[in-house]
Amino acid sequence: MVGRRFANRDSMIKRKISRRTMLGGAATAAVMLFKSSYGKMIQAAIPESVLQEADPTKIIGPPPGEIGTRSAFEHVVKKTSDISSRTPLQDLYGIITPSDLHYERHHAGVPVMDPHKYELLIHGMVNKPMVFSLADLKRFPSVSRICFLECSGNFRNSKETLTPQEICGLTSQSEWTGVMLSTLFREVGVQPNASWFLAEGGDAAIMTRSIPVKKAWDDAMIVYAQNGEAIRPEQGYPARLLLPGWEGNTSVKWLRRLELSDQPYMTREETSKYTYAVKDRIRQFSFEMDARSIITFPAFPQQVAKGWIEIRGIAWSGWGKIVKVEVSTDAGKTWQAARLQEPVLDKAHTGFRYLWQWNGDTTEIMSRAIDETGYMQPTLQQLVNARGTDMGGYHMNPITAWVIQRDGKVLFKPEKWK
Amino acid sequence: MQVNIKTYILYSYMLLCMSCKHNSNSTVVLQDTANWPATFGLGRPATQAEIAKLDIDIRPDGKGLPPGAGDATTGKTIYMAKCAACHGTGTEPVDVKLPGPVLMNDSAGADRNKLKTIGNYWPYATTIFDYVRRTMPYNAPGTLTDNEVYSLTAYLLHANKIITAQTVMNAASLPKVTMPAKKLFIPDNRHGGPEVR
Repeated sequence: MVGRRFANRDSMIKRKISRRTMLGGAATAAVMLFKSSYGKMIQAAIPESVLQEADPTKIIGPPPGEIGTRSAFEHVVKKTSDISSRTPLQDLYGIITPSDLHYERHHAGVPVMDPHKYELLIHGMVNKPMVFSLADLKRFPSVSRICFLECSGNFRNSKETLTPQEICGLTSQSEWTGVMLSTLFREVGVQPNASWFLAEGGDAAIMTRSIPVKKAWDDAMIVYAQNGEAIRPEQGYPARLLLPGWEGNTSVKWLRRLELSDQPYMTREETSKYTYAVKDRIRQFSFEMDARSIITFPAFPQQVAKGWIEIRGIAWSGWGKIVKVEVSTDAGKTWQAARLQEPVLDKAHTGFRYLWQWNGDTTEIMSRAIDETGYMQPTLQQLVNARGTDMGGYHMNPITAWVIQRDGKVLFKPEKWK
Repeated sequence: MQVNIKTYILYSYMLLCMSCKHNSNSTVVLQDTANWPATFGLGRPATQAEIAKLDIDIRPDGKGLPPGAGDATTGKTIYMAKCAACHGTGTEPVDVKLPGPVLMNDSAGADRNKLKTIGNYWPYATTIFDYVRRTMPYNAPGTLTDNEVYSLTAYLLHANKIITAQTVMNAASLPKVTMPAKKLFIPDNRHGGPEVR
């Protein structure tokens, strides 16, 4: 009985779709899931005209499904390049990045990893070299924590027409679940004179980074879950290293091996990459991500009307908690404290808001984050003063300013430093 | 063995206490280990054979370098066949966008005004061997023989004016190559706190 009702409704929708598609040749607006007349969930493309005309009080919707869908009216996507894809920070609410919108950066594509064949080898300066299966990792005492990940190359400032996603979309936040690395190091018996360990991925880049052992005793994890489910392949399925607050490259994905040593290995990713000029020297093993914030509303390409505007954004620091975010609505002349949204977590994206009445005059709005070590997010000029004009693109966290024009259009304010 | 575990636990507690002091404002106790057994008995011992199969890393002191050898002349032939399509044949950027970076620089040292390449930016020669063997060529990673990797390493070092065309690269000679940029590298000097660094 129920099945037949759905079957009738399905065929009705399908007739409607096919008629309109054939008549209008309308552009496909969305892909939705439908239950076919055989009771199987299928995906069907619907033209925008159908979505707009449909009266939800007159059409019975799809039945409960095996997996949820995003509304067909939402077109929130990552922005891709050859080597990375960026989280749409301006389209998100709260502090958790939906897993399918988590930024990506990998060096030889996303590998296919069979969880049944997965093994993590820990060897080198340990008393008991050991191999752990994924099932082994899941049986150890587990920990969940929320923290951000950020690529240390997370900075663009080439033109006025940049969105938050384009400026700094190489940061995302998840709740991660796994085993503390200290638990595994305790199990294998790390020798007291081991000071570094090599972390190696199992992708085609077999990517490696050297990590000080101290991070393992602090808060490093081997994580197998993200936001309540298994880690996505793009984030390192079935298990990855997670180093809270540190540049994303060090949280090696698809982790297959850890080797304990008394010195770093000087891999390509910690010598020719992920290093940067500071005056007449090159800074290496620059791990923590300094405090940063960005206003995600209003931001390019939005247009605002004068009156009350709730300025919104996120702030984060790899050194600890955010204690304060200040907002300026007069191009940096004066600063006011923004309200922080709970929870304010260690090494985590933290929401902030500031209520502002815009009088319609051209102005610049900006935010600066202050973390618990007393560090205040710098201007680009302060970074130039500290590092010199040859400082390159890693670990750039300058204050981001948005120009609000008289017509309400919001533009990014790029600053040159060379 | 028992002594080792005790020493180890003491050591890790000391480190934990140190880190707690350092981050006193924010450190959350992520795990209470008070009632933990000495071992959970999970996992299995790794065999020497399976360690050897995965243990491909090369340290700056040469640890991990395999037997074999190669020279720049042989390396150039391999480079032209397997590398040049992505990395180009010259020492300067060209008009067309190459899929991979230019690797050679004739500045014979650490001229910072030149394009950053192996010659003026890479601090250790062993990194070339490790990286090329690990993941190159991009379209066929892990297909080069150890001798081919030694030859390519020799060619890249020679093309960057670091070694002569006659210098043979092997497990003994490669760690002895001094890279001009090494003296420029300094460890991170940021420590948190108000100062912008």
